[in-house]
Amino acid sequence: MFGIIRTIWMTFLHLFHKNETVQYPEQKPYLSPRYRGRIVLTRDPSGEERCVACNLCAAACPVDCISLQKGERDGRWYPEFFQINFSRCIFCGFCEEACPTYAIQLTPDFEMAEYVRQNLVYEKEDLLISGPGKVPDYSFYNVSGLAIPGKGKGEAEHELAPVDTHSLMP
Amino acid sequence: MWYVLVILVTVFGVLGVAALSTMLERRLLGFFQDRPGPNRVGPFGLLQVVADAIKMLFKHDWIPPFADKTIFVLAPIIGFLCVLLSFAVIPVTANWSVAGDLNVGLLFVFGMMGMAVYSVVLGGWSSNNKFALLGGMRAAAQMISYEVFMGLALMGVIMTTGSFALNDIVAAQSHCWFIIPQFLGAIIFLMAGIAETHRLPFDLPEGENELGAGFHTEYSGMKFGMFFLAEYAGVALISCLITTLYLGGWQGPLLPPVVWFVLKAGFLICFFILLRAALPRPRYDQLMAFGWKVLLPLSLLNTVVTGAILLLRASA
Repeated sequence: MFGIIRTIWMTFLHLFHKNETVQYPEQKPYLSPRYRGRIVLTRDPSGEERCVACNLCAAACPVDCISLQKGERDGRWYPEFFQINFSRCIFCGFCEEACPTYAIQLTPDFEMAEYVRQNLVYEKEDLLISGPGKVPDYSFYNVSGLAIPGKGKGEAEHELAPVDTHSLMP
Repeated sequence: MWYVLVILVTVFGVLGVAALSTMLERRLLGFFQDRPGPNRVGPFGLLQVVADAIKMLFKHDWIPPFADKTIFVLAPIIGFLCVLLSFAVIPVTANWSVAGDLNVGLLFVFGMMGMAVYSVVLGGWSSNNKFALLGGMRAAAQMISYEVFMGLALMGVIMTTGSFALNDIVAAQSHCWFIIPQFLGAIIFLMAGIAETHRLPFDLPEGENELGAGFHTEYSGMKFGMFFLAEYAGVALISCLITTLYLGGWQGPLLPPVVWFVLKAGFLICFFILLRAALPRPRYDQLMAFGWKVLLPLSLLNTVVTGAILLLRASA
């Protein structure tokens, strides 16, 4: 009996408590930089696409929402097309983890509702952004051992010249 | 002319209060749960009522092919009419009521409440659905048995006043509200009133988690809306009755009588909503046992003690 009256009284006191609701469209919630929202493709500091079309993101994707086609230009791989079907994407972030070049990244933006389902398939033009995203200084070709025009083997950062395996000198 | 006006205002007032209290309930429940409730449509979310009404009216009004069509359609109408008719005898002020002087006013209310059981039972029965039937069965048992204690709890008030007319009962409270001498009776009446309108925590006929939606499982559109409105009008009716019987009706200092009546009844409606927010639903057998083993002896005791005191006072 006392418990019932106490319950009623305590519920009544909640009338004077602060609302916990975030009035969403007017009042945005704080989203951390690591929030897993809309996926973007980033560029390296020189403005080139980072994506090397290795297909690791597509392989890691548990719902198969990424599809891309490898192309080749000056010895460098790049995606001829790159589609993400956001009506399938579950924003798990596995693609970001799988990416060897920090090209694919998730951003704190989730407001991507569409009236037409087809519009949820984002093409490369929609995904590419102009900046380097969360990793400002990283450029894959500057640290990789791959030879590209303008940079031979052993000329990358922190890289030694290749060992001449035919030489007997130490 | 005056009479027609009173009737029209009563009918539309009840409809308006019932519609508004659906909104009020959702807002208040929100506040009790530290959230704002519906606040998008119109100022303070007031137009939510209109939005709900439009939705309700445009919904597919479906009658299941296995239902007993005549009774299925009739049930919500009976329920709504009974509640609406009960308001005829409620005296809002000394000279504002459709039939406040009716010498069997209280009996009329009880008769209408007894009729309202039919709406729930017939609604559950004609749906030909096992959950609806179970809900209707529970409603029948619950409402009929709680009506007993409701009537018995009132005997104290009636004995003190010596009249069934609600105007006389209000007039008899000019010195002291009946809630003070009849406190036990008021509490029993309140509990029985909750059970009678099958409101939470005594909403076992509807019991979402075990019966789907109970007796109105198969109802949709405006027929469901009628049940819904009848329930909220029932809450308003019980609030008005408690105001009239125990809280001195329209009497009060300074403010005009209408304001006092609306304030008291509104406070009680809010209290009903608070009860809904605060208390969990008892088990069905607990509800019946509580009624017959606790409320019935208590209301009988109340009657006996009141009668004894009245007799002593009369002989002294």
